[in-house]
Amino acid sequence: MDGGQQQQQQQRLGVKQQQWRRQQRKAVEGVKADADTTTIRGSKRRKPVEDVKVDTSTTKVQEPESRKLVEEVKVSADTALVRDPERRRLVEEPERSSTPVRSNKRRRTRSDPTFRDDPSLAMFLYNLTLQAPNAINQAILGNFSGTRQQELIVSHVSRIELLRPDTTTGKVHSILSHDVFGVIRSLAAFRLTGASKDYIVIGSDSGRIVILEYNPAKNVFEKVHQETFGKSGCRRIVPGQYLAVDPKGRAVMIGSMEKQKLVYILNRDIAARLTIGSPLEAHKSHTIVQYCTGVDVGFENPIFACLEVDYTEADQDPTGEAFKESEKMLTYYELDLGLNHVVRKWSEAVDRRSNMLLAVPGGTDGPSGVLVCSENYVTYKHIGAATLTVPIPRRKDPLENKERGVLIVSGVVHKMKSEEGDLYKVTFDCTGETVNEIKIKYFDTVSVAVGLCILKLGFLFVASEFGNHQFYQIGKLGDDDDSPEYSSNDFMTKDDGTLDVTVYFKPRPLENLLLVDELTSMSPLTDAKVLNLTDEDTPQIYALCGRGPRSTMRILRHGLEVTEMAVSPLPANPTAVWTTRLTADDLYDQYIIVSFSNATLVLSIGETVEEVTDTGFLASTPTIAVQQLGQDALLQIYPQGIRHIRANRQVTEWRAPGGRQIVRAATNSQQVVIALTGGELVYFEVDESGNLSESNVRREMSGNVTCLSIQPLPVGRRRVRFLAVGCDDNTVRILSLDASSTLEPLSMQALSAVPESLVMIDMPDQISAGSLTTLYLNIGLQNGVLLRTVLEQNTGQLSDTRTRFLGARSVKLFELNMAGNPAVLALSSRPWLSYQMQSRIHLNPLSYEALEFAASFTSEQCPEGVVAIAGNALKIFTIERFGQVFNETPIPLTYTPRRFVVNPVHKSIAIIESDYQTYSSSEKKKKLKELGFEAEEEEELDPVVFGHSRSTPGKWASLIRIINPATAETAFTLELEQNEAAFSVAILNFAVEAGEMFLAVGTAADVTLAPKSLSSGFIHIYKFINDGMGLELVHKTPVDEVPHALLHFQGRLLAGVGKTLRIYDLGKRKLLRKCENRSLPNCIVTLHNQGGRIVIGDVQESVHYASYVAADNKLVVFADDKAPRWISCSAMIDYDTVAAGDKFGNFFVNRLPQKLSQEIDEDEAGSKSVGKGYLHGAAHKLDLMAHYHVGDILTSLAKTSFVAGGREMILYTSFMGGIGIFIPFQTKEDIDFFQTLEMHMRNEMPPLAGRDHLSYRGYHVPVKGTVDGDMCEQYNLLSGVKKSQIAEELDRTPAEIQKKIEDMRIRAI
Amino acid sequence: MDRANLNSQLEHLQSKYVGTGHADTSKYEWGVNQARDTYASYVGHYPMMSYFALAENESIARVKFNLTEKMVQPCGPPPERKE
Repeated sequence: MDGGQQQQQQQRLGVKQQQWRRQQRKAVEGVKADADTTTIRGSKRRKPVEDVKVDTSTTKVQEPESRKLVEEVKVSADTALVRDPERRRLVEEPERSSTPVRSNKRRRTRSDPTFRDDPSLAMFLYNLTLQAPNAINQAILGNFSGTRQQELIVSHVSRIELLRPDTTTGKVHSILSHDVFGVIRSLAAFRLTGASKDYIVIGSDSGRIVILEYNPAKNVFEKVHQETFGKSGCRRIVPGQYLAVDPKGRAVMIGSMEKQKLVYILNRDIAARLTIGSPLEAHKSHTIVQYCTGVDVGFENPIFACLEVDYTEADQDPTGEAFKESEKMLTYYELDLGLNHVVRKWSEAVDRRSNMLLAVPGGTDGPSGVLVCSENYVTYKHIGAATLTVPIPRRKDPLENKERGVLIVSGVVHKMKSEEGDLYKVTFDCTGETVNEIKIKYFDTVSVAVGLCILKLGFLFVASEFGNHQFYQIGKLGDDDDSPEYSSNDFMTKDDGTLDVTVYFKPRPLENLLLVDELTSMSPLTDAKVLNLTDEDTPQIYALCGRGPRSTMRILRHGLEVTEMAVSPLPANPTAVWTTRLTADDLYDQYIIVSFSNATLVLSIGETVEEVTDTGFLASTPTIAVQQLGQDALLQIYPQGIRHIRANRQVTEWRAPGGRQIVRAATNSQQVVIALTGGELVYFEVDESGNLSESNVRREMSGNVTCLSIQPLPVGRRRVRFLAVGCDDNTVRILSLDASSTLEPLSMQALSAVPESLVMIDMPDQISAGSLTTLYLNIGLQNGVLLRTVLEQNTGQLSDTRTRFLGARSVKLFELNMAGNPAVLALSSRPWLSYQMQSRIHLNPLSYEALEFAASFTSEQCPEGVVAIAGNALKIFTIERFGQVFNETPIPLTYTPRRFVVNPVHKSIAIIESDYQTYSSSEKKKKLKELGFEAEEEEELDPVVFGHSRSTPGKWASLIRIINPATAETAFTLELEQNEAAFSVAILNFAVEAGEMFLAVGTAADVTLAPKSLSSGFIHIYKFINDGMGLELVHKTPVDEVPHALLHFQGRLLAGVGKTLRIYDLGKRKLLRKCENRSLPNCIVTLHNQGGRIVIGDVQESVHYASYVAADNKLVVFADDKAPRWISCSAMIDYDTVAAGDKFGNFFVNRLPQKLSQEIDEDEAGSKSVGKGYLHGAAHKLDLMAHYHVGDILTSLAKTSFVAGGREMILYTSFMGGIGIFIPFQTKEDIDFFQTLEMHMRNEMPPLAGRDHLSYRGYHVPVKGTVDGDMCEQYNLLSGVKKSQIAEELDRTPAEIQKKIEDMRIRAI
Repeated sequence: MDRANLNSQLEHLQSKYVGTGHADTSKYEWGVNQARDTYASYVGHYPMMSYFALAENESIARVKFNLTEKMVQPCGPPPERKE
């Protein structure tokens, strides 16, 4: 079957499926309201794709040249022929650059260079993650390195990360982050008896159990075991959802939502390696599992406790009686190690509203058993032990909803956490193994957590469900405060074991905990745009993050975050700065030496930094270099000579030969090389007695020397081999410093410009297998380019050059120490840092002003700092968050932000925020008054910590906010009243009032989510006042449904109101309905337009193309998608193409066939567009160009160029806080190369969690037209042998492959 | 393939994979299985659960609890059986 046929068949298939699906949906609708069916059906339908390439290359037929020409002509005719007066006005209007207010002439971007260069390529994309999602869904604690240090492992759904808290500084450092290309649903740590190292068990969607070990030497996770037990996917009966380990590390249980539970016995073999037994079944059919945990029973047979509900009877009983009587059981499953099987040991009914279990320490440490957390209370249960129940204290709040229960969301032994973020401490009073009473007490309030970890050294890690994760120090155990403590002895349980009391506590600010560090989490990221509102070099990303009172708008700038420690002005503009130790044994720098154009200043570092004079340094001359030499001497190199200052202040001088000056110098603590005017090199070495002795060899270079660099001296060595010399004839030469061949040339590299600066550094091994480090020569050129070249350790040859343009100014390089590794600071029009992290060399800009000169700075307070010169100021700063390519400026918001738009004229941002089940501030005041509280009487709790007062479903709090991006401050807020909530927003100008900018906000009153209802929808029209920093209501138009999408359209307003698409014009007292289309299936959620073409995203039925036929004043939907998709965001990439994301984490691109597109546009009467409806949909269907499972719900998409003047690509943000891009490939060769590489990577490095990569990326629909760049980048993590093996297959060297991969990333950012 | 073998294979599938249909699958059974599958999938996909949590302004744990509880009887009580 050739490609064309295959495609046709696929289309037919797709159509059939759609037809079938629609029927099905109708059938099911009666049964269940809003549960959707695609996930399940999709995953069942999935079939592996052998070769993705086949169908894409055939989708686009090469277009003959002549037609293009004709088209060009038509385009111009189109724009010239302005038929209606409306359009004429807008054509005359100058085009605005920003998105919302489009010029309304027909825009044809058919010849878009990015996506349409070569039609035969169709579209092929390369996906790269710029910032991995940073929400955490699982967090575990353990000694994963095998040292005494406790570490955290967190999962970000598809990524596993090792965090190492530094208990001295209180900072949490990310050590390793690895993409597993699968869904991590559960994590657990276990340790074999007597061992000192924890293993990691992963329960994922792979149908496999995977045990990992962290290898600290290589800094990688290694897969120890992988056992397959079922199908892949998050299915109801395939285990992976729950993991429970025996606290003694003898067995692990992996469970599913229903029926299946498997127990694996863990043991070790003779060589002390971990072994895993064959699975033992503990299945119970017709049973829904709520939670699993391992009970601590010491060295008795391992027991696992599960919370289960049996539905057998409920399914059979039409009266519903059985369902009401169905009980939630706490069941103990015992693994009999002797008989090697699992038995149900004990089962007891617990409260129906129980949701969680917590194992109580057993064996020698405690009474054993479990705490069952139910709504409103906590119960202790164990075989043969008395049941003890204690209520969960509630917040004292006059506005509390008494019917709503309190649910424990996460717990760690003896510290629990409620839904509002309150932490409770539960204590046991026991004699021997009998528990007498349990007590509960309010501890503190933090953000709502998905994971809690308490470190032995008194720290608490809180993985927040939304927003930043916190790391607290536990200051007190909360024993001495006045919060009431409640004991199980104080309350009598009713006969059915429930407890009907409510107890209260008064929430207060943190008393026992002290915040020491925070990890950024942008989750939930609800909307984002790439804009350059503040006129900087590179555009910023404006992102809406967070929920409720903790939400923020974050302005992200590409660059590492810099923490400024000190700034001190100097008398004049210095030219250079160095730091130095006094002896080789000093831990910290002692002097800062600043050179001016005619003087040198020495500052000593102590409690304060002050000037010192008696140092032996020559103050009346500028300095070229400073070096701590030999054991305890200092060296000052200045134009006229070299000063060698011994520890006893004895000074030896070497003077430059008459008439010549020293221009450049390079030093390490044993060797010194200087360059004299005219290009002569002189070499010195420290001899045995500590004297500096000149070598008898000098060397004349071919041109003037512009820069010098000497290899850094490894510890214990007396001499290094290489010297790099840059000359003004555009060359860099490597000279030998061996005693036998002093200053002999070894190799040479020609450059495109004069080299300005050189730095040689050793970085941990990347390429050359065998040796531990690779020596890199970094070359900064005067034209602003940075080169990084590998210097062969044996031959001195240069190879594998990487190039990057940094900025307009010449590049100066400085060696630093960052995160324990050598790094290079490159100063151009902005500072950049080249450093190694997790087996990859990163080159990132710093978010800091331009600097002139820098040096490393080490002191007690600041072990890895930088001292730098900017203008006449001396600055000391540090860089802490490596690997975070974006640094953020947060602006606090009040409620959960939904969407935002930018006013292109005044450059202000309008945000709509709304919170469900929340009292708005006016509502709250009213209610408090009703209850008899005066507003001042109650001291207000900070909502950022404690949240807003929760109201009942159907209540909303919502506001409109204007932000001034220049000051990053809120300029104006307007809270909506009468229980209205804002859902959509648009900026527009109306044709009837052309000079004004308006803001349209779509709201609805009294909305309830389930079942869907509302009293009325509204469209508010506001006028911008105060230079765009304020709003004034013009009028409010009622509509019948929730307006979920608004758009400026040809001087009017296009609104998606429920399933109706309408065009409104501005009237005096309200909006005037001009045109309407009711043929859309469910609910319009996104709208875009270019010219008269409108792209509509439906909440459930994918994208639809419509055109506005002005002659008939008609909106005609002429094309739609072949498959249903639950659109979450979309973007028009060009006139015919739309990219969109759906709620299952897919990204796809649809395109209107070009021929059809032309016909539609030529067809003014609209007969062609209307056509006959085809398969219950529009007359025409769109072609699928690309499809890819991102793994996280996309929340915004934009075609943008992130590097100024760079190529355009698609940037996306995802719900869990991720940012990524799709880069279009430009050549067929690249596509072939990366596809082959991806294929090899799948074989050589199968994903860690056991999921098949290809099936993961084709979770619901087979991957199409997309290469996974994240997978390709894992090439760097392969062993040398495998690297060369793949390289051989691809007919390249490993270095070439790495360069190609790096180039793709550089292209993006 | 003879009929007996086919039947036994089908029975094997039905016992192994919960929700496998048969000739007499009722609309109710079909719907219940589909809903349970769906809810299980929601719970498994964390981004989906947190998406719901944001929309409903609930904690993720409560959303998970609600979905799991709904799995017990997702479509109401079964219809009266007609003999």
